[in-house]
Amino acid sequence: MTTNHNANYPRKRRKIEAGKAATAVLLWGYAAVVLLPLLLVIGNTMRPSREIFKHPVGFPTSINFDSYIRAWQEANFNTYFVNSLLITVSAVVLATAVASSAAYILGRYSFKGSKILSAYFLAGLMLPFRLAIVPLFLLLNDLGLIDSRFGLILVYAATGIPFSVFILSAFFRQLPPELSEAARIDGAGEFTIFSRIMLPLVRPALATVTVFQFVPLWNDFFFPLVLLRSTDKWTLPVGMTRFFGEFQTDWSTLFAGLIITTLPLVILFLLATKQIIAGLTAGVSK
Amino acid sequence: MASVTFKNVFKNYGDVEVIKDFTLEVEDKEFIIFVGPSGCGKSTNLRMLAGLEEITAGEILIGDRVVNDVPPKDRDIAMVFQSYALYPHMTVYDNMAFGLKLRKTPKDEITRRVNEAAEILGITELLQRKPKALSGGQRQRVAVGRAIVREPAVFLMDEPLSNLDAKLRVSARAEISKLHQRLQTTFIYVTHDQVEAMTMADRIVVLHAGILQQADSPRNLYNFPHNIFVAGFIGSPSMNFFDATLVKEEQKMYLDSGDFRIEVPSDKMETYKAYIGKQVIFGIRPEDVHVPQYAPVDITPAPISGSIEIVELLGSELILFVNAGSNSFVAKVDTRYEVKPGDSVDLVCNMKNMHIFDKETELAVR
Repeated sequence: MTTNHNANYPRKRRKIEAGKAATAVLLWGYAAVVLLPLLLVIGNTMRPSREIFKHPVGFPTSINFDSYIRAWQEANFNTYFVNSLLITVSAVVLATAVASSAAYILGRYSFKGSKILSAYFLAGLMLPFRLAIVPLFLLLNDLGLIDSRFGLILVYAATGIPFSVFILSAFFRQLPPELSEAARIDGAGEFTIFSRIMLPLVRPALATVTVFQFVPLWNDFFFPLVLLRSTDKWTLPVGMTRFFGEFQTDWSTLFAGLIITTLPLVILFLLATKQIIAGLTAGVSK
Repeated sequence: MASVTFKNVFKNYGDVEVIKDFTLEVEDKEFIIFVGPSGCGKSTNLRMLAGLEEITAGEILIGDRVVNDVPPKDRDIAMVFQSYALYPHMTVYDNMAFGLKLRKTPKDEITRRVNEAAEILGITELLQRKPKALSGGQRQRVAVGRAIVREPAVFLMDEPLSNLDAKLRVSARAEISKLHQRLQTTFIYVTHDQVEAMTMADRIVVLHAGILQQADSPRNLYNFPHNIFVAGFIGSPSMNFFDATLVKEEQKMYLDSGDFRIEVPSDKMETYKAYIGKQVIFGIRPEDVHVPQYAPVDITPAPISGSIEIVELLGSELILFVNAGSNSFVAKVDTRYEVKPGDSVDLVCNMKNMHIFDKETELAVR
């Protein structure tokens, strides 16, 4: 029995090693598929349009950031960038603030109508929001919020709330009731319990909902196109359309604009990855 | 420092009565332990006192103040939870300081109190750690520390030792007793472990099905249980109970169980005379059943015999499970006695420590 076991052991180990190698090849392969076009775009920001047309795939001949400066200054990316940042961050902050307080109550208290209220929030998750554009447009028009960044912030915040309430209430529900009891005995009121005990404990969930709200809003083309008119209020995705000229397109500047647009998301992911993973795997083990 | 009073307290969850007419006076500085099986209402009582549960009827007083409608934070209590309920995102120091910060205690006063409590509990070097980096025993100390720094009038503890391993529990028990002596504060403690209750309490409150069974010193609870429940709950192994009839023949009184007939000591005849000719329940603790040759000299022996079913040697004691016809009983005897299952044995009961219970009311006859 023992000898048999020993004889099997190296074979088993070889199997594991082979599995590891296969995994590595697969993952690196996928990374290449994702990264190469990105690297190509970065490379092409440093090449003039004429050259890009001749050899779409190629190395830049010199390192220069002129296209970025052109995009930022001449193509008004500075304005779009600030608009995008202002609108997206405000909407995410507003939605998360509303959603976390709603989720806290829905997750930890049961009262008359609490189930219906939860279902109401959930319903928002199931309806395709873009289908409501006509009534939404009319509503904003009546409120005088067409062509207003504030109007867009409100619309965006509303789109983020259902998902955030759904995720956060599940997290709040998991926290042991003794924690709030201990805090109550320690002298904390309901808001202190929420803000100083419960909220810090759902930080992974907060990071998750922040990123999951941020990305689609940052990239959204539809709502600003419909709801904003003045170019000085445009966001990055709408601003990008200006590059597609009728007769010629300045590709290197367009690529530079794309990189500028993507950069904040990359930074956000880098900052929040740890928290997001903690959030996604919460409850997997004790 | 304060007394605590429960006055005819009731608690219902919907139609279920969890606590029924609970009345108890706890003196200042007393160490009271609520004990009873799961679901007996002991934790509910503690939570009502803490203000975490509302009272359906009755009054709870801390000192002279009725606290029925006082929120937990204004009751001047501190509580140690079974799960410890430490705030996971705060360091040990912040966990202990949290309550003081909320009460706007001056900063140097907070530092002084936290350091002092940490020193008492031997957790000074852990102050900057987070709870997840602590062992079970250390977490338990932090939970106690969080209660100490508040300097409350009443300490509440809800099974604080039940998550510790057996060895740690023994030392933690001694430390809590020491803490009580040092702090000179009222302690109210909940446990299902009768050893904890017996070793630490000034007074034990036995609860069963939401009803107060007996509140007395550990010694009295053991020697003079008020009813069959208390008699069976306190003491390990549990007291033996036999259905028997009290009979009187020629100026002597006997207990007749059908399997055995033993004499009742003459000094107890007066107490039991109202039950002559009636069915009663006879109770005798395993430690009051002896092997004749090793029995203490001062007992009032009465023979009882049967055949051994199981023998458990625990080192310092020997537990015999004996079958005596229609009854079976447990005896805790001298370890020098050598015996094996199947043997028939003749043992003696120490009738000085016998108990008789009314069959109807289950109350002790005294």
